[in-house]
Amino acid sequence: MANFKININGKSQNVDVDPSTPMLWVLRDHLKLVGTKYGCGIAQCGACTIHLDGNAIRSCQLPISTVKDKKITTIEGLSEDGDHPVQKAWLEHDVPQCGYCQAGQIMTATALLKRNPSPSDEEIEMAMNGNICRCGTYTRIKAAIKTASDSDIA
Amino acid sequence: MTKIKTGIGRRSFIKSVSIAGGGMIIGFNWLACKRAEEATENEVAMQMPDEWFELNGYLKIGDNGVVTIYSPNPEIGQNVKTSMPMIVAEELDVDWNNVVVEQAPLNTDIFTRQLAGGSQSIRQGWESLRMAGATARQMLLTAAASEWEVPVSELSVENGIIQHKNSDRSIGYGEIAKAAAQVEVPEEVELKDNDKFKIIGTSRKNVDAKKIVTGQPLFGLDVTQDDMLIAMVVQPPAFGMQLKSMNAEKVKEMPGIVDVFTIDTYPEDMEKEWSDVAAFSKLAVVVGESTWQVMQAKKELKVEWDLNPELTKDIQILEKSLGMDDASGLESSKFHASLMAEVGSKKSEVVRRDGDPEKAFKNASRVIERSYTCPFLAHNCMEPMNFFANVTEDKAELLGPVQTPEYAEKSVNKRLGFDLENIDIQMTRMGGGFGRRLYGHFLVEAAVISQKMGKPIKLVYTREDDMTNGVYRPAYHVKYRAALDGNNNLTGFHVNAGGIPESPLFANRFPAGAIDNYLAESWTLESNISVGAFRAPRSNFIAGAEQSFLDELAEEMGKDPIQFRLDMLQRAKTDPVGEDNDYDASRYAGVLKLVRDKAGWGKESSEISRGVSAYYCHNSYVAQILDMSVSNNEPIIDKVTCAVDCGIVVNPDAAKNMVEGGTVDGIGHAMYSQMTFEDGVPQHKNFDTYRLIRHREAPKVIDVHFVENGIDPTGLGEPPFPPIMGAVANALYKATGKRYYDQPFMRERKVLG
Repeated sequence: MANFKININGKSQNVDVDPSTPMLWVLRDHLKLVGTKYGCGIAQCGACTIHLDGNAIRSCQLPISTVKDKKITTIEGLSEDGDHPVQKAWLEHDVPQCGYCQAGQIMTATALLKRNPSPSDEEIEMAMNGNICRCGTYTRIKAAIKTASDSDIA
Repeated sequence: MTKIKTGIGRRSFIKSVSIAGGGMIIGFNWLACKRAEEATENEVAMQMPDEWFELNGYLKIGDNGVVTIYSPNPEIGQNVKTSMPMIVAEELDVDWNNVVVEQAPLNTDIFTRQLAGGSQSIRQGWESLRMAGATARQMLLTAAASEWEVPVSELSVENGIIQHKNSDRSIGYGEIAKAAAQVEVPEEVELKDNDKFKIIGTSRKNVDAKKIVTGQPLFGLDVTQDDMLIAMVVQPPAFGMQLKSMNAEKVKEMPGIVDVFTIDTYPEDMEKEWSDVAAFSKLAVVVGESTWQVMQAKKELKVEWDLNPELTKDIQILEKSLGMDDASGLESSKFHASLMAEVGSKKSEVVRRDGDPEKAFKNASRVIERSYTCPFLAHNCMEPMNFFANVTEDKAELLGPVQTPEYAEKSVNKRLGFDLENIDIQMTRMGGGFGRRLYGHFLVEAAVISQKMGKPIKLVYTREDDMTNGVYRPAYHVKYRAALDGNNNLTGFHVNAGGIPESPLFANRFPAGAIDNYLAESWTLESNISVGAFRAPRSNFIAGAEQSFLDELAEEMGKDPIQFRLDMLQRAKTDPVGEDNDYDASRYAGVLKLVRDKAGWGKESSEISRGVSAYYCHNSYVAQILDMSVSNNEPIIDKVTCAVDCGIVVNPDAAKNMVEGGTVDGIGHAMYSQMTFEDGVPQHKNFDTYRLIRHREAPKVIDVHFVENGIDPTGLGEPPFPPIMGAVANALYKATGKRYYDQPFMRERKVLG
């Protein structure tokens, strides 16, 4: 066990865990931020996607010991109240079915729109290809990303 | 207006104070208010009332007019948590913006059929949901009439406001709710005519959407409680094996590990429910403080396994003639394939025979014969199996994702010996179901583990546990034969279908009833691989196979594939063959005609390869046309047009979402997914090798149309899923010139060109 000081959603947090613990479980078990989902544990499904210094990353493959002073953003930190443009677009298109994968989808989509504010259909498909939606809401996810395109994403 | 007896029973209206969970779980305050607002509106905090008045078990009204409606059925992504309360709100005549929706716990005194399965939630809930709303409305009107001393017939109601026009008086539901709660429950109530619907038939947003997109706790895996421990199981590596011995000493010393032991979930003398399907009853269990610690400990646990004599004796498919070791019972997919092809049909039993099929085939000028197969499939809900259990000396509290809470309660009753009233089951929103969570062994396992620990625990399956645990979609095989006479008329039809371990045959469905000489045969082969219902059981294979065969048959006969089906349906309508034909030929033809018109059949560009398919299941009719093109040797699905007849559509945009999802799901499983075995060992354990459809492979456009016929609602969760597999196969043929008979069609990433 070791003590780590990490920056999550703009707040400094202290966690006492084994250094190998992936951020996914630090968030879910220790910080009770359960919006980040466990889907596969091997970076194949995207349900656990968070932002590390603004880049989309699979938190199941990110040991806490490697985070250091990099800034982490989770779905809970995307907005105070669901008013982030990507979240609003998701609500407008009523994207979710079961909803389990959607936090990961939103985090990947947000990172995409930050680096490419108006992606083409193909760019959306490529960027989102690592996020599985078992319910098959892919067409709505794409529509929501297009709606959120060119919005001011901080 | 329809008058209807309030036949859901007086017991439905007993005061149900136990309906609230009572703060048992941190982060899961079931009474926390949430506003079912339209997502695009600015959020206005809904004022919670000072006092609630329960009018019946489905709803309560606050003194300020806010209405809480309990959604009775499990929510697995089919959106019943929104659409079921919409039906109550319709008959209650309340403003949807004043409605708060709560998931009801299991309560068999109030609700009937709290189950997510068979696409029946709306169909079977339709009357009781309407009655609950109408009964409450009637009680509110009676109370208002009594207060004003006027006849009820002079009152009108709109959006939760009761009016007496003659005296220009009005009163809100909130103000009269206290008096209404004292009114005797009416013996008879009036239901609205369909043309008076204001909520049913209008699109309303998912009531949980805001929580979903902001990452709030909703799912079973999100459940937490301060003194809760994490439990995981270690299961045998192969079907046919069982736990022999375990050395837990080293693991018990690992950081955060609290205990390591074995359980027997279903002892031999326990009477099981149908839902107690589990390949592995004896399990090793690791309990610890955190998920990661338990995951690490699990890897270090030394467990010895041996053959399970119960599961490896008398397995019929293990025949030496096919080169299998009949002593092992460790099955392999390559043997499954040869068994189904060579042994299955020898065990056939006739299920239906019309006319003289043998004669038709004997006299045929041409016989066309084709066989189709599909593999086992894992459900792969994105949220792996899990359940929270807190079992004390005299009470079991269970919370999590299960599609069959009523049966799970019975299982816990039998396993732990607790009375039903001391078992409290509550349902979380579920990260997918697809049939997997009908089989609640994980709930029973959680209860047994918690009892042994004397502590609250959350049982968590890893993805690998989830994928290799069984309860798979069975493997199927079907052979179709068609007899054509010298004039190219279809004179005989023969279907011979079976599987491991069940047959996919529906002998009385189309094309039965449309052909003079018809023979349907069925067979099964045993297996120790556990199977269960998978979205549209049996239909999810037979539909695609049948629709592919009809496509090939139409081509052989030189007919347009849609017109060929319509001609057969016309025959089934005007002069049906045989009895017990299990479909309405007019509604079947209706969706085919609608999809033909909407897709512009025959008007597509030469770049597009089109496949059509139509099927009836779960009381609904779906026809689909799939447009495919080829780019870089890969199939691109440009568009799918869907026509659906599921009667009245309660929540149109959500229903479209369901059709879109079912379509994508069907394409994915037909093209990419399979579970295979070698010596009983599942060969796919996670999403690195188990292929699910991804963004790039999804259709670019899905265009959904509903038939408007005012018929009471029928199924929707399952019906769009089976037929699309046929449309995929038929479009692939057009694109490649090659027929596809064996799912998954894309065993390799690139197979075209």
